[in-house]
Amino acid sequence: MSLVTADRLEKTYQIDEISVNAIRGVNFTIEPASFVSFVGPSGSGKSTLLNMIGCLDPPTNGSLQVVGRDITRMDRKQAARFRGEHIGFVFQDFNLIPVLTVFENVEYPLLMVQNRPAQERKKRVNDLLEAVGMGDQGGKYPSQISGGQKQRVAVARALVTNAKLVLADEPTANLDGKTANRIISLMKKMRDEFKTTFIFSTHDPKVMQNAEIVFTLEDGKLHQRQNHNGGGHG
Amino acid sequence: MVNIIKIAARNLRRYLRRTLLTSALITLGVVAVLLFISITGSFKEMMVGQITDSMLGHIQVHRKGYLASIDNLPLNRNLNQSQVAKVEEILRDIDRDTDAVESFSMRIKLGAMFSNYTETTNIRLNTVIPEQEVKTVPLLPDRIIKGQKKEALLQKGEILVPELIANGMKVKVGDSVVLVANNKDGSVNGKTFTVSGVLEGISGPGGRDGVIHLDDARELLRINGVEISEIAIRLKNMDHLSMVFSRLKAGLEPLRDKKDRSIFEVHTWEKLTPFYNIAKMIDLMTFFIKIMLVAIVLVSIMNVMIMAVYERINEIGTIAAIGTLPGKIMALFVTEGFLLGVLGTAAGTVISLISIALINAAEITFNFGRQSDLLLAPVIGAGDVITIVLIVIAISVLASLQPAFKAARMDPITALRHV
Repeated sequence: MSLVTADRLEKTYQIDEISVNAIRGVNFTIEPASFVSFVGPSGSGKSTLLNMIGCLDPPTNGSLQVVGRDITRMDRKQAARFRGEHIGFVFQDFNLIPVLTVFENVEYPLLMVQNRPAQERKKRVNDLLEAVGMGDQGGKYPSQISGGQKQRVAVARALVTNAKLVLADEPTANLDGKTANRIISLMKKMRDEFKTTFIFSTHDPKVMQNAEIVFTLEDGKLHQRQNHNGGGHG
Repeated sequence: MVNIIKIAARNLRRYLRRTLLTSALITLGVVAVLLFISITGSFKEMMVGQITDSMLGHIQVHRKGYLASIDNLPLNRNLNQSQVAKVEEILRDIDRDTDAVESFSMRIKLGAMFSNYTETTNIRLNTVIPEQEVKTVPLLPDRIIKGQKKEALLQKGEILVPELIANGMKVKVGDSVVLVANNKDGSVNGKTFTVSGVLEGISGPGGRDGVIHLDDARELLRINGVEISEIAIRLKNMDHLSMVFSRLKAGLEPLRDKKDRSIFEVHTWEKLTPFYNIAKMIDLMTFFIKIMLVAIVLVSIMNVMIMAVYERINEIGTIAAIGTLPGKIMALFVTEGFLLGVLGTAAGTVISLISIALINAAEITFNFGRQSDLLLAPVIGAGDVITIVLIVIAISVLASLQPAFKAARMDPITALRHV
């Protein structure tokens, strides 16, 4: 069963009296444990598509199923619960909470979203921090670590809830090339270890090479699909 | 909840200068209100105490219509023997049931001519049974500024002369004076008195009256039998005022004259002195000071919380995106406002209590009207402190609601795009 299924998906924004068709009837499926990239120039609709998959923005038309659920008709609370349960996010600017330590940032979704017991939280957070190579940095605040380390923490936070799907919007845009490669390798390793599907948007060619499936978006249309590195999903 | 408090506290620490400034403003407001309440409260209590304990008593009973014509000190509106006996009976019943009545004092009030043999002037007199009067207005002997302060106040044939007349007529303790008065039938009689003391004048009705013995008044006015202008009542505790007043009024109400009009009128001290209006003004000022405190807290907390939401839009987008429910986002910001209120209130309360203790230790005195060296002794009740604390904290939470609601309703995508 596919993890994400989009059928004639459309998104139209109304700006004053002008309608902007950000996504124009796209169809695609993404299988579990995939490593997928949406690429395209600025304004092509990558972020819009990611926001729809992430239950942040409802589609205007068409259907979108994520983890077996139709997410097109969810209200705010249902969408928030669904995200907290099934989806992890990695942001371009890392978006760690500055008043929380590295440990507490990773713990946040378990504590404030899923209300998990303390022992489980501690074990899970420590495991994830070890997995992303930040095991000895748990007591530090975001301001005390580098950009690459912040993104590692963000990946750990996205995975800590056992999310089926991690959405990463331009995850390497604020990192230098070397660090960006490390983050992509880390995400791939996490995919292998936790069988989590990673979907990210990028226009960094180096990052695209690492994706197993690449969807190219142009003017809101999904023009082509390319498989790299022997990736056979979708 | 603990985690929400932890995050809220850390966010307050994150903007430490702003947090301290806002808390300082709230602290200042709380200190101002608590000090105002304690100082004006003690002033009010002292003045009420002065008036009730040295002149009025707590409740007074008169014949109906007496108070309306009290300026003339009418003698034809006195209570007769059976009426006085009825009042005494009811007071004893109330005391037996409630143990609330400390004492009561019978008085005849009259106007007379006061002569030192060379000059004559008008004088208002309060004629009393000294033992009853001292029990009912125990501060009266303290008002004797010249002459011996006797436990029995004065003997028959003696007069306590008000300070103004003593000074104006150059009368000294031990001097002989003559009082001449008309009785209710219009006949004139005179009697010689010895000045036993000079009474300090105080603000309020009866504050500049002279005092003689009730038996002397009966002689001067040629009264046979019992006639009383006023019965002053002292309670053991001012808290019983309305209860005793109601019972007394209810007990006397059924007694009617031939035209079915009530015979008695009963008044609490509040109706008898203009100082009650000053006391009410003080209460009104306290109320407005409280309103100002509410405004200070409301504006400062709301301002800080609006800023906090605006500065953390991106953060709000992040926590909303990863699944934090709107209610929890709202709770995070409301808790911040709550903690700001608690911080400011706690500091304000501690500073106020220390300030009150310091003012008491400094033994500051002040003058009021003709009274000097009154000791400023501010006190604050736990009830007042709790009320102010609850008001400030409630307003802090209220002021945070709108910004918190805005944060909770924020669209995650818009918030995440915010720079």
